[in-house]
Amino acid sequence: MSTHAGDPCFLTAAQMATSLVAGEFTSEELVQAHLDRIEALDGSIHAYLHIDAPGALAAARAVDADRAADEPLPPMAGVPVAVKDVACTLGMPTTAGSAMLADWVPPYDATVVARLREARMPILGKTNMDEFAMGSSTEHSAYGPTQNPWDLSRTPGGSGGGSAAAVAAYLAPWAIGSDTGGSIRQPAALTGTVGAKPTYGGVSRYGIIALASSLDQIGPCTRTVTDAALLHAVIGGHDPMDSTSIARPVPPVVGAVSTRDLTGTRIGVVQEISGEGFQAGVRARFEEAVERLRDLGAEVHEVSCPHFTSAMAAYYLILPSEASSNLARYDAMRYGLRQGPEGIAAPSAEQVMSSSRDAGFGDEVKRRIILGTYALSSGYYEAYYGQAQKVRTLIAQDFAAAFEQVDVLVSPTAPTTAFRFGENDEDPVAMYLNDIATIPANLAGVPGLSLPVGQADEDGLPVGLQILAPATQDERMYAVSAALEAALTDTWGGPLLDRAPALEHEEVRA
Amino acid sequence: MPALSRDDVAHVAMLARIDLSDAELDRFAVQLEQIVGWVDQVGEVAAAEVTPMSHPLPLVNVTRPDEVRASLSAQSALAGAPEAVEERFSVPRILDEE
Repeated sequence: MSTHAGDPCFLTAAQMATSLVAGEFTSEELVQAHLDRIEALDGSIHAYLHIDAPGALAAARAVDADRAADEPLPPMAGVPVAVKDVACTLGMPTTAGSAMLADWVPPYDATVVARLREARMPILGKTNMDEFAMGSSTEHSAYGPTQNPWDLSRTPGGSGGGSAAAVAAYLAPWAIGSDTGGSIRQPAALTGTVGAKPTYGGVSRYGIIALASSLDQIGPCTRTVTDAALLHAVIGGHDPMDSTSIARPVPPVVGAVSTRDLTGTRIGVVQEISGEGFQAGVRARFEEAVERLRDLGAEVHEVSCPHFTSAMAAYYLILPSEASSNLARYDAMRYGLRQGPEGIAAPSAEQVMSSSRDAGFGDEVKRRIILGTYALSSGYYEAYYGQAQKVRTLIAQDFAAAFEQVDVLVSPTAPTTAFRFGENDEDPVAMYLNDIATIPANLAGVPGLSLPVGQADEDGLPVGLQILAPATQDERMYAVSAALEAALTDTWGGPLLDRAPALEHEEVRA
Repeated sequence: MPALSRDDVAHVAMLARIDLSDAELDRFAVQLEQIVGWVDQVGEVAAAEVTPMSHPLPLVNVTRPDEVRASLSAQSALAGAPEAVEERFSVPRILDEE
């Protein structure tokens, strides 16, 4: 941290909140420092699709004024945040990374956004993503890819590559993500940051652009486990506007992060997603981290979840099926792109609809809509969607059996470290396999968190470990990850992100 | 499971109201055949007696009192419309010309 002394952007979000209360700097200064950094560096990262400098500064000044007047303020007041472009924001464009929604400004705020505003957190802007959250590299954004701050020739993962890269490059203290098959956790792993997918229903999805409604969940993207728990607490909890929202208080996630001793905690290593086909450096760091968990007092067991090997296939039927239905709303009639066919003088609504959807959607979105329409079509429904739903039951049963033996499950978050742009361009299935370890949690609705556990020997890039907990027991993954994070940063002499190349130098070279 | 042909892809794209070009059809037919071949494995896993699961948590119907509450104004609801006329969405013709 010494190299960044005096620059508030390099504090954790929790430290920023403390410093604001102590009057070490104002929220306006903190927001301006981030805006300056974005201005200097986001040209090479492209984490943001939209930056709301006036809105963020106005929110910051209002917090500073209330603080000066000794008005009561929420704990995170004045700490800025970035929001994935999948969440509707009043006064800011919301595109979901798609040309279909270019420049669309929603008429309302998503509940998560409303909660950030109620928490008095200035919103810096909207972060880049794979189109409609379909992808694992952010290369499918209609607005161009996001670069990984660790190596600008590599992807930051996806779909939430913008949020993860913004946090990793200190262009935001923390950010909102969405995770349908790993879109918070896999980018966290590839950028050396922390990402948590809460229990399904733990955070409201009102105002979130839907991908697959039985899988989607909103969660925090941060640099530390403590920050993840703090942001989770801000955005979580019941919302009457989302019928799948759990009508119970947020699990005690913030209290869990003081855990340092894991004596008595039973941890299961999932055999099916922890070895075969995973990069050597990923396996090595994962195995060392499991040893650290043992050193901290945990009992480590091998656990088998035999149906996890079929999770990918089931997911790639369920997700496209739900997505094809959700994306039917982009019909060129009420909002979004309307582009009539060429060479037809007075085209019908149906012709305009079909030509707009061809023009507005990218390749990956079209592939998945067609696959989902096919899987749901008469004659194939039972063989595809029906069978996939049965596999889903078997996966949930595997989780239930595993959680009878252990308190949490662990695996590497992703099979490889960050890959280069274009590596999986012509092979969609190869790209899909990036989410092999993260998808089972979405199918069963259980919470999962990824935290950095070191760098792979072969490329020096960060490796993530995933912790999975039973549904509504989110605090367990925070407790285990907080203990592991404390032990690892102690060994490293600081956070892993300190080892990322300094972007300022990249800029000078460029 | 039958393989997905180029004609199948064209038909499904029509059902999904996506006007694919010939080049897109050529490309997607190859990729979708590969993807369908891969997801086909779900047929081998689950036996008939397994209960299908549509949702991770038990769902209950959620209702609220049937009372009028604030909603979007016509102006803000129409703000993103490609075309609006007299406080309504304006759409292309919906009937065929013949």
